[in-house]
Amino acid sequence: MANMSNVLGLIFANMHDSTISDLTKLRTMGSVPFGARYRLIDFTLSNMVNSGINTIGVITKANYQSLIDHIGSGAEWDLSRKTGGLHILPPYGHINGGLYRGRLEALAGVLDFIRHNDAEYVLISDTDVIANIDLKKVLENHERTDADITVIYAKTVCDAERARTKTILSVNDTGKVYDVLVRPEISGEHNVSLNMFLMKKEFLQKLIIDKAGKNLYSFEVDVLQHMLGELNIYGYKFDGYNAQIDCIKTYFAANMELMNPHVRKELFIGDSPIYTKVRDEAPAKYGLDSECKNSIVADGCIIEGKVENSVLFRGVKIGKNAVVKNCILMQDTVVGEKCEMNYVITDKDVMIGNYRSIGGTETYPIFVGKGASV
Amino acid sequence: MNHVKKEIVAMLLAGGQGSRLYALTQDMAKPAVPYGGKYRIIDFPLSNCINSGIDTVGVLTQYQPLVLSEYIGNGQPWDLNRTHGGVHVLPPYETASGKSWYAGTANAIYQNMSFVDRYNPEYVAILSGDHIYKMDYSEMLDFHKKHNADATIAVLEVPLEEASRFGIMSVDENDVITEFAEKPKEPKSNLASMGVYIFSWKVLKQYLVANEKDENATKDFGKNIIPDMLADKCKMVAYHFSHYWKDVGTIDSLWEANMDCLDPNVPLNLYDNNWKIYSRNPVMPPHYAGPNSKIENSMVAEGCNIYGTVDFSILFSGVTVEEGAVVRDSIIMPNTVIKKDAVIEYSIVGEDCIIGEGSHIGERPETTIDKDKWGIAVVGHKVNISDNVEVKAKAMISESV
Repeated sequence: MANMSNVLGLIFANMHDSTISDLTKLRTMGSVPFGARYRLIDFTLSNMVNSGINTIGVITKANYQSLIDHIGSGAEWDLSRKTGGLHILPPYGHINGGLYRGRLEALAGVLDFIRHNDAEYVLISDTDVIANIDLKKVLENHERTDADITVIYAKTVCDAERARTKTILSVNDTGKVYDVLVRPEISGEHNVSLNMFLMKKEFLQKLIIDKAGKNLYSFEVDVLQHMLGELNIYGYKFDGYNAQIDCIKTYFAANMELMNPHVRKELFIGDSPIYTKVRDEAPAKYGLDSECKNSIVADGCIIEGKVENSVLFRGVKIGKNAVVKNCILMQDTVVGEKCEMNYVITDKDVMIGNYRSIGGTETYPIFVGKGASV
Repeated sequence: MNHVKKEIVAMLLAGGQGSRLYALTQDMAKPAVPYGGKYRIIDFPLSNCINSGIDTVGVLTQYQPLVLSEYIGNGQPWDLNRTHGGVHVLPPYETASGKSWYAGTANAIYQNMSFVDRYNPEYVAILSGDHIYKMDYSEMLDFHKKHNADATIAVLEVPLEEASRFGIMSVDENDVITEFAEKPKEPKSNLASMGVYIFSWKVLKQYLVANEKDENATKDFGKNIIPDMLADKCKMVAYHFSHYWKDVGTIDSLWEANMDCLDPNVPLNLYDNNWKIYSRNPVMPPHYAGPNSKIENSMVAEGCNIYGTVDFSILFSGVTVEEGAVVRDSIIMPNTVIKKDAVIEYSIVGEDCIIGEGSHIGERPETTIDKDKWGIAVVGHKVNISDNVEVKAKAMISESV
């Protein structure tokens, strides 16, 4: 049986920062707010914890203060442990100087952390995917196929723009990967890598040292693509709901997909819940003449106006007679009386004064930066 | 283990059965009863402790302690998981002399004197786990010290006609207590004890020991310790409290106290970041309001899915209100499902219930024929109500129908 306590989890908190730069100006990809009360890293962390991984390193690069604030001691994920637990790994300067350019260099920076862990396997993961994945099944599959590397993927329809951010696999009947395309110029339905990779720890250590010596840093290009012939690389197909955040459009759409009961059912599973930082807010409160339809609302909100097709994070206040449609309002946003908002994303602590009217479109939602007053 | 000295230790009496809450306290003690959409009653005194800087709390349990003990756990939600101090659940235990159950509030503290002594405190706060209020015990302690008192009792002004339900204090112009009467038929004052005491530990200990030796004593603070100390001319002062305080001992008062959360004129602010009420948070997604939902004047906790109508109600975490269902003027406790077209009015529905399609629970006072028989309807925890069942006003359902 697959023993998940034998797996070390490593999470790249900053990978893909540039895809939603508005939201990552002040934070890591991992700490981007999502779904009314979560940060993107909550999904990866919770998946690991729910699958039985109890030692996790979070590799950071820049802007990681909000991440540290969010994760704290890891207690909310049951990762405040004597043995194992959560470790935030700040960026090290390395031989070439400067910050890492790709996963392999980032891993080289934390090589000692990996070495000193006595896990047999390492699961490395980014934070750009929203899904509830049983990683135990991935390890079982890895052991059964005797793979060197297992790549988790999902069948995904991509337009040309999205495909340019992806790693796409060709997989045969047994699950063996026989072709790897990195950021290709294609479109249509493909096997898209979810940027989660499982391998033996010793194997990974050798890879890191070998590639660092040759000044190679890209896991996809220098390992998956260039070593495909000599390695047993297998794919693990994930069939459940997944959203890959690769631009503000997909970020917006993934938030809106939470209104779909089937999506919530596949994402928020009773036995493998998604953990996040607790804020001890009182329940959401609805006032006289309030209205709320097809929306996701977190604790601590006070709604006195009308809300439709929107995602309200913790502590959001909607004033009397305000109308909020198709919006994502992050933590502690205050919308004044009689405001009208349509297709707006507000970052944390935004103040919208009384009688304001702000509108974007589905493809170009308006973004209001952290702490701004309108 | 060596113990760091603490200035004050709080002892929280949480063994109360809450027998007048009937079905709701059949398998949990009163302090564990859910309140205000996400809390249990005990969250209020526990949060008051930590917000007042008291980090050592003994919780005395006796009646149905399972839910409460599990809820308190290591005290982490209240920041009471400490190397020195923290929260400790103290159930009755057997000793060489064979004693076991807590015979009264004073006896409960007597049996745990060694717990208090481990921290060698100057003062002990005796608190009740049954009340909803936000209070800074550190201000009360300052008052106690300033008066150089042996005991300080928090008091609240109540309407004189209700005074006979309480322990009533008479005080002089310096707030020194001159007389105390437990539930007097003819109250001489309207200053009611809130069940919040601060004692100088050395003094209290003597009285606990003496009271224990008295075979005729009822071993209760209100009936023995306070009158005994007063008779001996101990210095006892009244600390006036004028904010929101509610005893939720009956179905009506529990319903009212919950509804108070919705009333903007009631001075109980649960959204105040400077005095948060902490609780064990369920790990659930945010709540979802469906495309045809109507929600007004209500509190809705996380994990709820609302497709029907909710008005003047409190929904705890994980409650589902299906399409066409109506919840008005009611309290729905965690994880209960209200099926299609069911109607809930003036009711309290317990945890983990299923209310069948088209069922009707409770009645509105204005539509009840026999007005004298009207009251809040209660469905106990883990009760399933089948489809199209009618439950009358004031009914108390503790088994599935």
